Amino acid sequence: MAMRPLLLLPEIVLFLGGLAVLVSGSFLPRTRQGVTRVIAAAALVAAAILAAVDLAGPAQPAMEGTFTVDTATGVARIVAALGTLIVLALASDEIAGSPRESETYALFLFSTTGTLVLAGADDLLVVVVGFLLASIPLYGLIGIARTPRGAEAAMKTYLLGALFGILLLLGVTLLYGVSATTSYADLTDRLAEAPQGVVAASVVAVLGGLMFKAGGVPGHFWVPDAAEGAGGAVAAFLTTVPKIGAMVAAYRLIAMLPDTLAWPLLVAVLAVASMTLGNFAAYWQSDPRRLLGWSTVSQVGYLLVPVAVAGRSDLALPALLLYLAGYTVTNLAAFAVTTAFPDRRDLDSYRGMGRARPWLGASLVVALLGLVGTPPTVVFAGKLTTTAAAWDGGLAWLAVLVFVNTVVSLFYYLRWIAPIYGRGEPHAGTVPGALVPRVWSATTAMVTSALSLALGIGAGALWSVLSV
Amino acid sequence: MLSLIVFLPLAAALALLALPRLGDTAARWAWVAVAAADLALVIAAWLRYETPTAGRLAFEEQAEWIPGVNSSYHLGVDGLSLPLIAMTAVIFLACAIFALRETDRARLQAALFLFLQSMSMGLFVAADLILFFVFFDLSIVGMYFVIAGWGHGNAARSAMKFFLYTFLGSLALLVGFIGLYIAADPHTFDMVELAEQTPLAGSSLAGGLVLAAILIGLAVKTPTVPFHTWLPPAHTDAPAIGSAVLAGVLLKMGTYGFVRIAMPMLPEAWRDWAWVIIVVGIVSVVYGALVALAQTNFKRMVAYTSVNHMGYIVLAVGAAGLVADDTTQARSVAVTGAVTQMVSHGLITGALFLLASVLQDRAATYDMDSYGGLAGPAPRFAAFFAVGAFASLGLPGLSGFIAEFQIFTGSIAAAPVTAIALVGILLTAALFLRALQRIFTGETRGRSVGFTDLRAAEVWSVGPLLVLSLLIGVFPRPLLAVIEPAAEVAVELVGR
Repeated sequence: MAMRPLLLLPEIVLFLGGLAVLVSGSFLPRTRQGVTRVIAAAALVAAAILAAVDLAGPAQPAMEGTFTVDTATGVARIVAALGTLIVLALASDEIAGSPRESETYALFLFSTTGTLVLAGADDLLVVVVGFLLASIPLYGLIGIARTPRGAEAAMKTYLLGALFGILLLLGVTLLYGVSATTSYADLTDRLAEAPQGVVAASVVAVLGGLMFKAGGVPGHFWVPDAAEGAGGAVAAFLTTVPKIGAMVAAYRLIAMLPDTLAWPLLVAVLAVASMTLGNFAAYWQSDPRRLLGWSTVSQVGYLLVPVAVAGRSDLALPALLLYLAGYTVTNLAAFAVTTAFPDRRDLDSYRGMGRARPWLGASLVVALLGLVGTPPTVVFAGKLTTTAAAWDGGLAWLAVLVFVNTVVSLFYYLRWIAPIYGRGEPHAGTVPGALVPRVWSATTAMVTSALSLALGIGAGALWSVLSV
Repeated sequence: MLSLIVFLPLAAALALLALPRLGDTAARWAWVAVAAADLALVIAAWLRYETPTAGRLAFEEQAEWIPGVNSSYHLGVDGLSLPLIAMTAVIFLACAIFALRETDRARLQAALFLFLQSMSMGLFVAADLILFFVFFDLSIVGMYFVIAGWGHGNAARSAMKFFLYTFLGSLALLVGFIGLYIAADPHTFDMVELAEQTPLAGSSLAGGLVLAAILIGLAVKTPTVPFHTWLPPAHTDAPAIGSAVLAGVLLKMGTYGFVRIAMPMLPEAWRDWAWVIIVVGIVSVVYGALVALAQTNFKRMVAYTSVNHMGYIVLAVGAAGLVADDTTQARSVAVTGAVTQMVSHGLITGALFLLASVLQDRAATYDMDSYGGLAGPAPRFAAFFAVGAFASLGLPGLSGFIAEFQIFTGSIAAAPVTAIALVGILLTAALFLRALQRIFTGETRGRSVGFTDLRAAEVWSVGPLLVLSLLIGVFPRPLLAVIEPAAEVAVELVGR
């Protein structure tokens, strides 16, 4: 086992990029903070390219076997880096020229690095490091707008994060206690002989920590508040990028566990709880960002489906990665529409948008129907393969519940689509002025929704990359 | 060839969207031209069509799509689908012509209907379950926007109900498809391979559950009792051409699924559950007719007769599952009748819905009691209406008779008890005659006063549909020659 630090080049580039942004931000005059955005973007693009180069090679361990560079890590790196890049585009409207511009970008980069560490972690201690590195910048990001709601959301996230962080540490400690190792390579065999009660409790604790990061049941409470209270770009970031690392980490954890307890059932129950709760809570939300916040909780449920059959179906890992990639693009497209109209915080205030801004309206329809899983968007391919994986892995009932939940979710997405093409004017008082979208956000919405369609139609090619 | 037929309208739709400066008139005529070109392509395909060997398809096209789950871009036609794509092309052309005089957002409407046409064509030629599902779902999305965007009355609500209901159905269908995929060895979504393999043969529980999922999905779309409740509001509030496409084309997606997917892929489960399907068919026939009889709103009445007419198809395909050696011929006649009924119902109901909208257009109501003696001021309308009504009630010499006659000949031979459904024909006859009487006979009164007769666009859109129905009624041979071999294959497959 060797260190081979070069295999971690994408993470290193991102972290150094973050430092560079921070340092240059403190020396640049207030009017020229935009330079830091360019630095951040360059770091993200570089990380994505480096990850793509690694992806072409075979799977390799790094850092003495505590970190794996394989297809899952590679895809997570690319998706997370490009996802953050899209978030930067949204931030160009919202954060450019604001007092804490460079700090925001630096925090984005640090949190993304944490996500990547989580995604590649092959050791429980590295999971903890990734968790902290991804979480701490997030607390700052949520509160950085300095609004009352933002402060409340930051506080809530911080407290929950502390709680689940401690649970995670507790779980890791217990697992170490019963197995005398934290490395996944050795854990499988040693946990098979360990007392099963302890193993079960500590796996639940570790999984709980990861669910906090992903924003799924039982660690979901902060998501809707943060999505509503934080700034638009931050909301887009926190509902998308941290999930990538957390879900891949959850997959590695479940795949590593010995076959002694009904792990698939545990994950399946979490999945069903997440999708059902997210869907029902989203029903009567009137703030589009809060609605999307709850919708992401339900999406975590769908993402957990392939995790439940980790190691039991060949489809599971590629399906998870496909869903993650599709979800990232599609969710960011939906958030981009909300940041294009930052003052419209009521579903009804989008009334008539379809006619005034036909392309933006179409983008939102593609994004929302995409989140439902309507073909030919990429989330459909993701949903199809994840459910096929669940069925293949012996959880046919889970596949059926996914579809039942999909129908349930359709209703609230339609609640947003309906006013876009509805007749009449918005209710008085809900809306300020004409429908003039912010340029960067509007462009991003169109590009990402087009990407969601293109990836869906080209799902075959994407799949061949994911299932190496 | 098939790809061109499927994607020509879609390409035209995108072109229309990309040309925001195009005037309304130009957009309308471009739509007519593209729909006509697509129909010409379908006719060319029909002329070159030769019946493929059993279990295979003609004009096959296959390309890799999602090889990871063995789903490919696979198209092909046979005697079950060719008549339906022809009917689809005809209905969409009729709608394009009918819409020539409308003024509401012409370019967008044309683009939306061309999109819908692509999806409908694609569904009927798809030979891969996922491809089928993609077209199935997108046709729902398209129709949602048609109803919500151009409907009247409580359009938003009806559109939402339609979407939720049929989307639920589509997901049930997808569950069934995944079940078939997992059961197949090697896993595949290819329809031809699945029909060859019959993956769930031998496991009656799993087979029954998968069939149940698929049947629910298709039954919602068809719709049959008890899943029909979305249909009347959707039709009542949809725009004229939306109703015509919904009834003429979209409902056929359900019934087509029975003969294309459920019967050949799950023959054993189909035979086990044939009686349930027959009962649902009979109930749909009788219930649809009875409820239609009680309507005073003409459009709602036609909507309920659709439930009744779709019931005959369900009855026939159910009867095809009652396998016995001495009824092979009869069951094949029943399936032929079912496919003929799909075509015939598309043409006739399309025409009736277009005619219904003339009532709304001239006098702003569908209420039959508001009219009287309409034959006086609007003789052409009365004549067209009468032909449509007689065709729908199954008068010999029109296509409805050919279809229903074969359905009953085949079904009664396979299971005499299906004769109960003959009541439906009687009721339909009664309700159409009563509607004719209420609206057209007697003294000209109420909204009939000052009613303008059919205009050129209306004549040239509704007329061809009725003429085709008449042609099929008088010379059914060319159509039946295409359907019969495919129906025989379907019956043979379900008998395995």
